[in-house]
Amino acid sequence: MIRLDDVHKSFGPNRVLRGATLEVARGTSTVIIGGSGTGKSVMLKCILGLVTPDRGTIEVDGTDVTQAPRDAFLARFGMLFQGGALFDSLPVWQNVAFRLLRGSLKRPKAEAREIAIEKLRRVGLKPEMADLFPSELSGGMQKRVGLARAIAAEPEIIFFDEPTTGLDPIMAGVINALIREIVTEMGATALTITHDMSSVRAIADNVAMLHDGTIKWTGPVARMDHSGDPYLDQFIHGRAEGPIEAVR
Amino acid sequence: MSPIRALAAIGRPVIAGLRLVGALTIFAAQAVSHLVRPPFYPRETLIQLVQIGWLSLPVVGLTALFTGGALALQIYAGGSRFSAEAVVPSIVAIGMVRELGPVLGGLMVAARVASSIAAEIGTMKVTEQIDALVTLSTNPMKYLTLPRLIAATLAVPVLVGVGDAIGIAGGWAVGVWRLDFNSATYLKNTVDFLETWDVVSGLWKGAAFGFIVALAGCFYGMTSSRGAQGVGRATKSAVVTASVLIFAANYILTETFFSA
Ligand SMILES: Nc1ncnc2c1ncn2[C@@H]1O[C@H](COP(=O)(O)OP(=O)(O)OP(=O)(O)O)[C@@H](O)[C@H]1O
Ligand SMILES: [Mg+2]
Repeated sequence: MIRLDDVHKSFGPNRVLRGATLEVARGTSTVIIGGSGTGKSVMLKCILGLVTPDRGTIEVDGTDVTQAPRDAFLARFGMLFQGGALFDSLPVWQNVAFRLLRGSLKRPKAEAREIAIEKLRRVGLKPEMADLFPSELSGGMQKRVGLARAIAAEPEIIFFDEPTTGLDPIMAGVINALIREIVTEMGATALTITHDMSSVRAIADNVAMLHDGTIKWTGPVARMDHSGDPYLDQFIHGRAEGPIEAVR
Repeated sequence: MSPIRALAAIGRPVIAGLRLVGALTIFAAQAVSHLVRPPFYPRETLIQLVQIGWLSLPVVGLTALFTGGALALQIYAGGSRFSAEAVVPSIVAIGMVRELGPVLGGLMVAARVASSIAAEIGTMKVTEQIDALVTLSTNPMKYLTLPRLIAATLAVPVLVGVGDAIGIAGGWAVGVWRLDFNSATYLKNTVDFLETWDVVSGLWKGAAFGFIVALAGCFYGMTSSRGAQGVGRATKSAVVTASVLIFAANYILTETFFSA
């Protein structure tokens, strides 16, 4: 279980997180929604320790993330970065199998390659793509390679930062189904950021809305449509008028 | 300008310089501490040896060749003023192996390697590849910095050694073809007056300069700020810092090695 309690983070004068509190139960899929620039990506990076919060605590399974032994802690996580963050010096398959080629999860090269190709297939990429370099792929293809890398070592907890942005509707459907499958069948815990409301409905058990640096609303996806929360209503219906200002 | 202002104008860059040296030292200590803590990445080190050592050979070789030739002409012209043209072979050799080989070699490597390391790591930083490395349980210090430091520290002395030989050959070529030296006499003079320590001290300098180049490249890459502008600034700073530190280290090492 992941628990954020009163997390604050500023970059200079820019106060991004101002007391974010959130719980994610094991084996569930939570989707974070919220306007562009509200700090969703920063929140995920805080949990992973890539960004250090100014204040507040973050616990995974009851252990403070700053106290946990780093390697063992990170070995439980997979992360899809918003920009893909593929290593451009390595071919696609070595990106996907990065974890399987070194460190504690190391296995023979041929086996790692086989796993990589299987994961690529699951994100809708042909085996021929395995030997290309990331710069030779389209934006959406890079995103999917990043997704394959995040799930390659079958981690317990997976973060997806905008997994379907830049994908065509069919491919977005494939990815939504994949994320759902990873949670339901493999029992993984997923935390997904998305702007795509059809994705929210396809992936989420629970929804959390980040606004003004705090979690404004959180609840099961079924309650999202009649929450009575004006912020959430405006957001999910994409209205220009409402409590959330259009210029931020 | 008031005296206080003048003092501040001197103090600010001094403090900035000291802070930079401090930050570089801490960075270096952190990187080197990974030398004894697994996991290690020998493959990465090998790749960097090729990148830094092998691929720098043409630049360093050409620099040495032309420098050796020019040195022979200058020493001949200077020596002829007190009819000491015979010193050309030995002074070319000593000047090359003690000073010009390591310093010019180091500077060429700084231009070629510090910039490319800073740009590569800086780009990785701004595109979140460094963050991605961390989430994949790989320490960027171990995976990126240490292999480059090891490779540069090992490769630059070898480059300097090769450069020394090419530089002396350049001097010999000019000596024989332009200055009418006897080829055999030139070579005999070179060998007779050159001492082992002349060469070895230059190789040690090369190792120090290689370390400095990789350190500056990695440091500015890792601390690069966001965007293309950040990477550009990191690249420029890496080359400038590496070059200035090479000159400073060269003076200190020369004092240490040769002052009586
Ligand atoms: N490393 C950083 N240094 C300075 N500011 C940062 C940094 N990372 C994020 N920010 C700032 O924090 C704010 C939130 O950024 P974040 O990337 O979390 O937004 P987001 O909610 O993910 O938006 P989007 O939906 O557009 O991806 C932005 O104003 C951004 O400028
Ligand atoms: Mg984001």
